[in-house]
Amino acid sequence: MSAAHAAAHGAHHGGSYLTPKGGFITTVWDWMTTVDHKKIGVMYLFAILFMFFLGGVAALVVRTELWTPTRTTEAGTITGQLLAPADAKSVATGNDWYNRFFTLHGAIMVFMVIVPSIPASLGNFFLPLMLGAKDVAFPRLNLLSWYIYVIGSMFAVGSIIGNGVDTGWTFYTPYSTTTDPNHWRVVFMVTAAFVLGFSSILTGLNFVVTVHKLRAPGMGWFDMPLFVWAVYSSGVIQVLATPVIGITLLLLIFERLFNVGIFDPALGGDPVLYQHFFWFYSHPVVYVMILPGMGIISDVLAVHSQKKIFGYRAIAYSSLGIAGVSFIVWGHHMFTSMSEVASAVFSGLTFLVAIPTAVKVFNWIATLYKGSISFTTPMVYALIFLFLFSIGGLTGLPLGTLSTDLHLHDSYFVVAHFHYVMMGGTIMAIMAGLHHWWPKMFGRMYNQFWATTAAIIVFIGFNVTFFTQFFLGVRGMPRRYASFIPEFQDYHRISTIGSYILLVGFLLHLLVFLHSLVVGRKASQNPWGGLTMEWEASTPPSEHNFEHEPLCKHGPYDYDTTVPPGWDPKDYPIPAENLRVAAAVGH
Amino acid sequence: MTTMNPQKPLAGESLPKWRLYRPGHHWRSADDEFEASKFGFWLFLATEVLLFAGIFCGYAIFRAMYPEAWAEGSRLLDWKIGGANTVVLLISSWTMAMSIYCFQVDKQKLARQLLLITFLGGLFFLFAKLGFEYMPKWTGYFLSFDPALSHHHGEIDAAQAKFGGLLQFVEGYGGKRPGKWFDYPFAQSPHMPLWWGIYYCGTAIHALHVIIGMTLIARAWYRAGKGCYGPTHYTFVECTGLYWHLVDLVWIFLFPLLYLIH
Repeated sequence: MSAAHAAAHGAHHGGSYLTPKGGFITTVWDWMTTVDHKKIGVMYLFAILFMFFLGGVAALVVRTELWTPTRTTEAGTITGQLLAPADAKSVATGNDWYNRFFTLHGAIMVFMVIVPSIPASLGNFFLPLMLGAKDVAFPRLNLLSWYIYVIGSMFAVGSIIGNGVDTGWTFYTPYSTTTDPNHWRVVFMVTAAFVLGFSSILTGLNFVVTVHKLRAPGMGWFDMPLFVWAVYSSGVIQVLATPVIGITLLLLIFERLFNVGIFDPALGGDPVLYQHFFWFYSHPVVYVMILPGMGIISDVLAVHSQKKIFGYRAIAYSSLGIAGVSFIVWGHHMFTSMSEVASAVFSGLTFLVAIPTAVKVFNWIATLYKGSISFTTPMVYALIFLFLFSIGGLTGLPLGTLSTDLHLHDSYFVVAHFHYVMMGGTIMAIMAGLHHWWPKMFGRMYNQFWATTAAIIVFIGFNVTFFTQFFLGVRGMPRRYASFIPEFQDYHRISTIGSYILLVGFLLHLLVFLHSLVVGRKASQNPWGGLTMEWEASTPPSEHNFEHEPLCKHGPYDYDTTVPPGWDPKDYPIPAENLRVAAAVGH
Repeated sequence: MTTMNPQKPLAGESLPKWRLYRPGHHWRSADDEFEASKFGFWLFLATEVLLFAGIFCGYAIFRAMYPEAWAEGSRLLDWKIGGANTVVLLISSWTMAMSIYCFQVDKQKLARQLLLITFLGGLFFLFAKLGFEYMPKWTGYFLSFDPALSHHHGEIDAAQAKFGGLLQFVEGYGGKRPGKWFDYPFAQSPHMPLWWGIYYCGTAIHALHVIIGMTLIARAWYRAGKGCYGPTHYTFVECTGLYWHLVDLVWIFLFPLLYLIH
């Protein structure tokens, strides 16, 4: 490092990472070329929120279209195509339009929102802080993975601008190899998913190495916050599963461009092979989506009930357990195309997932027991998570059971189940985490009353939207159809109303956040009384996170040993005599 | 790896760049950074193995489904070219490893020469792959000095010289293309297009890795010329070496599966 660089380094020391580096252009350039994990995390957060908005719009289009069934009347006119293009001459044209929108919703929400959401945004920001590190292991790689994310998203948006794809987000062959034979948009969308996979691999790899090599002195594996454990576990899955989708999508692109025949039965290929490859990645990735959310919940529940987490090691190991089991259950997506024995084996393996998951849920509930619970916004979201995720998890069991799955597969029951897990789980968790760490990230508090109100609106909207769909599914409404029989109309209407309640809730959240950024009062260093290391950094953190290399002086949830009775977060930092290594390090 | 603190040059002394290297600000020592880089790179290699696992998995499944196509297909590949490429890659892996050793003991000139030999090994591999395998199989054009031209399995009636004698066109030899582009007149099994699909996907993705590896080697060679690598700092060369060994390793599996077993 040159002398000039060292001087500049000194000048910024102690200043917030948000402090602009000069004029507008300079500041923008500084952000675009930054290798600071905090700035990259914030950039990821905004990119992901933007894609969440796009995916949400597509979802609303789908729900609006389902307000009435599409059909041709006896007079020959078409009814119920609320959002078909003006030149749609037939029911089929309008249904194509509908297919594109649910595909966009799925592809954007899965590949561009839920997979990267928590690790890439909150994980990037807080993983090094929680470990007491100055940065992730490979800062430039981190910036590269953000750019790869943006490039991948641009491919996806390019495909949308070119009228979108209608294959479903799973790109099953032969839909994905035969629809729109003369168009490039399927290739674009698949390329987007392929490119995004690289971003995911690099982020996961970076986090795994960071956890191994950059923990603060004194921090053993079991002194790490559970959020770190969760991000670590999902990082392992990202590294080991994503390459398989990489080769799958690459072969799909070859198939589409060069007709190599690997997935084409006419040439001897096997379309089901695609599904096996796809789910060998995509099922583990379901846990990439949910594990970091579980980590957030572990942290939020402990901090906002000021109680040591119950069963720390059990929660940590169950993250690894879920990561391990996730690799051997992919077959349950193809029960109908396997032998009975294979189906039964995969069904049994699928039930295994319930064990580590239930371990977590029961430990969380035990953590709440006799805690001093405060109903802050993050806590409300964590409780919403517990409720919704439990429903989502339990409704997974009838889908893993062969006999019931025969009736329920490919119905709205499946749709409701994975929305309870993915949205009720991951999205609620990221909302909990965002509200938990918002003061640390941006240095300002938000209006808790309105934030909690918005959370409750989201909770109501969510249940109105998706609980209805369990009934639809059990009664036989198949997924992915624009048309349905009149008996289903009431359910569909309730569900659509729910989706607009969700919209209101999220818009209110947006207003609360904007209000906080503009006029929110300054946040203290540790507003909730957390004991993990990120609260030792200033608010917002300085450029290099900590003034001195921090030492791990107590466990992440040691409320029982470090915090004196009647302790108030305003009294932070905690008294030195309560620290584990106070004597050893001469404090 | 031995640790040496970065030194300040004495008056009039100029230290090579590797002596002046400082680890990133978030590392406690250069050793930590080196270890982490290697660990990260091994993880990346794991992803590469899993990427190729998809191809091998497809190979195994279709081999079980259509053994006759696989037997016929591998008989159409010339093990001599594949074998030559195997030998060349193995030698280049050795020169790569030797080059890293030379950086460790600060034999800069030899280290760069070995990198160059490694690069040339990769170039030979690509040339053989494209000139002697892809081009004749796809188009029916041979390079005029292609040894396969002289013993062409009795498929050829007459070789016609093209492009000033550089290329020889052999009727009925080309058309061994993947999928719907398959146009080879003497195929026995109806599943030959699929065999060529797996062959081209596997070898082309491998060839892409050879190109990436050669790019890394070229960069290492260039930066070594500026004195960037030496006993206390050679992370990039180490990772390049690991990558090159992976490229070699994948080929070690592709070669027998495609060329040798019927």
